Amino acid sequence: MIPELGHFALILALLVAATQGIVPMVGAALNRQRMMAVARPAARMQFVLVAIAFACLAWSFASNDFSVQNVASNSNSELPLHYRIAATWGSHEGSLLLWALMLTGWSCAVSAFSRNLPDALAARVLSVMGLISVGFLLFLLFTSNPFARLIPPAPEGRDLNPLLQDPGMVFHPPLLYMGYVGFSVAFAFALAALIGGRLDATWARWSRPWTTVAWAFLTTGIALGSGWAYYTLGWGGWWFWDPVENASFMPWLTGTALIHSLAVTEKRGAFRSWTVLLAILAFSLSLLGTFLVRSGVLTSVHAFATDPARGVFILAFLAIVIGGSLALFAWRAGSVGLGGSFALVSRESMLLANNIVLIVAMASVLLGTLYPLFLDALDLGKISVGPPYFEAVFYPLLAPAVFLMGVGPIARWNRTAVPELAARLKWALAVALVSALLLPFVLGRWSPLVVVGLFLALWLFATTAVNLWQRLRGSHRGNLRARLAANPPSYYGMLLAHFGVGVFIVGVTLVKGYEIERDVRLDVGQRVAVGPYEFAFLGVTPAPGPNYRALVGTVEVRQDGRLIETLHPEKRIYNASGQTMTIAAIDTGISGDRYVSLGEAIGGDGAIAGAWSVRIYLKPFVDWIWLGAFVMALGGFVAVSDRRYRLAVRRRLGALAGAAAAE
Amino acid sequence: MKTLRWSIPLAVFVVLLAFLWVGLGRDPHEVPSPLIGKPAPAFQLVQLHDAGKTLAADDLKGKVWLLNVWASWCVSCRVEHPLLLQLAKTNVVPVYGLDYKDKTADALAWLAQHGNPYTASIVDSDGKVGIDYGVYGVPETFLIDKAGVVRYKQIGPLTVEALQQKILPLVRQLQQ
Repeated sequence: MIPELGHFALILALLVAATQGIVPMVGAALNRQRMMAVARPAARMQFVLVAIAFACLAWSFASNDFSVQNVASNSNSELPLHYRIAATWGSHEGSLLLWALMLTGWSCAVSAFSRNLPDALAARVLSVMGLISVGFLLFLLFTSNPFARLIPPAPEGRDLNPLLQDPGMVFHPPLLYMGYVGFSVAFAFALAALIGGRLDATWARWSRPWTTVAWAFLTTGIALGSGWAYYTLGWGGWWFWDPVENASFMPWLTGTALIHSLAVTEKRGAFRSWTVLLAILAFSLSLLGTFLVRSGVLTSVHAFATDPARGVFILAFLAIVIGGSLALFAWRAGSVGLGGSFALVSRESMLLANNIVLIVAMASVLLGTLYPLFLDALDLGKISVGPPYFEAVFYPLLAPAVFLMGVGPIARWNRTAVPELAARLKWALAVALVSALLLPFVLGRWSPLVVVGLFLALWLFATTAVNLWQRLRGSHRGNLRARLAANPPSYYGMLLAHFGVGVFIVGVTLVKGYEIERDVRLDVGQRVAVGPYEFAFLGVTPAPGPNYRALVGTVEVRQDGRLIETLHPEKRIYNASGQTMTIAAIDTGISGDRYVSLGEAIGGDGAIAGAWSVRIYLKPFVDWIWLGAFVMALGGFVAVSDRRYRLAVRRRLGALAGAAAAE
Repeated sequence: MKTLRWSIPLAVFVVLLAFLWVGLGRDPHEVPSPLIGKPAPAFQLVQLHDAGKTLAADDLKGKVWLLNVWASWCVSCRVEHPLLLQLAKTNVVPVYGLDYKDKTADALAWLAQHGNPYTASIVDSDGKVGIDYGVYGVPETFLIDKAGVVRYKQIGPLTVEALQQKILPLVRQLQQ
């Protein structure tokens, strides 16, 4: 009964979405107030209906209803409750339902926070989002019904893939989807502006907070996914250039470009058509990512169930949404105008350079991801493009962009004199350069790549400090606190995000430069020295788990003869599927991780008492990678708390209150 | 000229779309089986329904037949089972079952419950014949011709499309 209720709610949601997609759009074209007014209640109604459907599916998972196909294939009665709920989005159908839920959630948020928008614009934005929703709900209902029944019901579920039985599964997909789907708001704003023919600074100001929030969610989601891969895949990597990772990275790069481009459009009115194009691209790449993951055109470590019929549907959807919006762009962008002009050396020019680098980087990821597909389609054989390509392309591309990141925020709008810039930055440059050349001697081995990486990170730290110091010195109001308060949160958000990039670069550079990886065979009681530490293997003992049996190893870590940590890496065998999982044990520290994972038992059946192959990694400063990403995301959230975005709301509310009092 | 510039993104997208369309028709997982075009590995195994009789690959020389690898513990086998029953009714091609790593009692009960599409099933309880055939997931189905050569291999459950578009046309061609 509950699954049928969910199914029914989904069908109703489709009808509401169609109404939301058509009526306000027509109303905006005909300037009919009452038709436009349909948009807001429809968006809320749709959110409620999809939320009901989602709750019904979650209920089916939580209550082990194996008469639902989706539950029988992706859950198991032994699975702990929090993973049963996370399993709701563990399957193809469920993750699409989560997508739809996020989309309607964002629409609902737009309907609530759009009081200060002109009615026609709000109606068009919500209408575009309604149309996207129609596509997704059709896809769900016709090719991927999450509520399909299994008759007769399965006696037991096939279990959630053990790789997904991890706290990461609870947080990573929802956050990632918040980001992916969040770009639909910027997309809808861009299309609404193109349709309405009004692309100006106010449009950019309305789009900015939505874009920034979506970007911050996406950043967090990607970082969580990367951290999850680091500790569950058992070999200590944090980014694999897998097609599915790339699918999330491309919208991120485009979204980053969009945030910066929107800033220029808001402040200076420039880059308008470019900004619109980026807004369309960011969301299109989110959709393309969904297509790549769900259609099975590419092989990936994220081996989801794939189905060509679904692929055809998503491809048609892509053609309509992306093709349609790009056609609209081709038709209308010419009439938008180019906005203000600027000099060769100015903040605008640097932001433009940053934009171009980010988009070229995105294009190179896209090319690398789709290259195997291109070759296969042209009958030139099946190949796969690996990390060497991406690394060879990426570092040289992004290094100059990072250098510009230090200069850009200090440069003035419109025009900056080069000597002035040089005078303001000479100390930052000197400090960063000298420290980057000397630090590797302290850390151990001197290598040019480490110097370049450290220089870029230190350059960001130094320019951030210079920027803050000059801002504070430049303001003339009283004490430090008043001076700090004189700057808007969006300024601190920007500084924080740039600082986060520096933290991230430190992590990447030092892990690449100084990590130590050892695969050793260890007998019980045997010791091995790795770096400054000594690892002692004390054997393996069996231990039961809720839905698996585990072998738990014990490894003592000593430094200078002193015991600093006891680690327990695990090997798990899941009851339902018989799959094995390696759970690494990681001693995390701000200066690096000590990472131990169990390989295979050596010596046949009497495994437990015998020798094991053990992987021991030292990963200096690896946590700075994720720390940096979280600081970037935090910067995004700080930036949107800016009063500037809320002032208009209050003004409008004040006017409403005044009008009510007058009546 | 000016409007043409704004159409560049659209043009790029259309090219991309064409590639994705072609890519959709291909399967990156498709791994050609090394057995195709080679003689089917020999076996001589006890029959499931009559432990006194054996069946050997050589006994089937001279006819086109399907070897379907199945087991009572295999969940996906239930998916393809109705299709196998239908196929058996048409008498177009005999289907022989290889009961893979299974208990005889379970296998008999399973066939009694779901119906038996097999001309005969043979018991491969330790999976040795399965290894010869390169079975890495149950169900799998092999099409073997009159000379005992493997002509086609389906990994995973049989589908209506695979049967109608690949297997049955091939069967007809091989039977002539």
